[in-house]
Amino acid sequence: MKYKIDITISLKGGMLDPEARAIQHALSNLGFNTENLSTARVFKIDLEAEDKDAARARSEEMCERLLANPVIHSYTIEVRE
Amino acid sequence: MRFAVLQFGGSNCDRDAMHVLEDVCGVEADLVWYKDGFSRDYDGIIIPGGFSYGDYLRAGAIATRTPVMKDVISHARSGRLVLGICNGAQISAESGLVPGTFTTNEYPKFICDRVYLRVENNSSPFTSLYEKGEVIRMPIAHKEGRYVAPDDIVEKLERENRVAFKFCNEKGEVTLNSNPNGTMNNITGVLSENANVLAMMPHPERAAEKVLGSDDGKRIFDSMIAHIEAQ
Repeated sequence: MKYKIDITISLKGGMLDPEARAIQHALSNLGFNTENLSTARVFKIDLEAEDKDAARARSEEMCERLLANPVIHSYTIEVRE
Repeated sequence: MRFAVLQFGGSNCDRDAMHVLEDVCGVEADLVWYKDGFSRDYDGIIIPGGFSYGDYLRAGAIATRTPVMKDVISHARSGRLVLGICNGAQISAESGLVPGTFTTNEYPKFICDRVYLRVENNSSPFTSLYEKGEVIRMPIAHKEGRYVAPDDIVEKLERENRVAFKFCNEKGEVTLNSNPNGTMNNITGVLSENANVLAMMPHPERAAEKVLGSDDGKRIFDSMIAHIEAQ
């Protein structure tokens, strides 16, 4: 079965996000005053797996072993058929 | 005694490290291309600075997952020396050779500057030729050099004397103003549990000859050499 997977990697709560801060500053220069802004990175992956649970398990492994750094990142995984 | 300088695609301080080892310190060294791997045992491995894999994903993330790093890790586990400089420090942290991570500077731009460092630990194989509290000068050149680790890990590093260097001012005072990248507790050099791995953002290989403005970094290499000779 083929699955479409979206993995979103973000900084853990409370972690300084320098890029977000710079973007927020630039937005405010344009007159957009935002209360909160954070950045995240999305990986869109097509994956062959036995079932949805297996696809999720493989995705988690990808996060743990490469895509996220556990010191600073958290991640969410969305699996679609 | 023989050193290896591990070269990844995008390493750019590899030849500087070779020059310091061979021409300045007078020891034997091999430049080892990561795909070739190690064909023999080495007393010390240097993971040099640069932009391995263009810093894709995170600085050091891709290089860390190359097969050669398994050999670097087993080399370190055997108690032999690994010095990770700049991108090499990022790779060392990503590999778990030292705890924590080096991530985007507080102000997210590339910093290229000469800074002062205070020697916090002078009992490691990398720092034995310095005085404790000595102020030394070296260049930094990085965008992802802010050391981050959980608070309890940072406390542990401080308690166990595993912080090798901190950013400081000319007088050796560790202050907010002398912290160029927002790194935790001004830390910019971290030792592994057995002190046989040092991950540092500043570039000692660019400060190993007076003609370059400072030779303060040379004693890191000399300390390693003295440590190996003493064994």
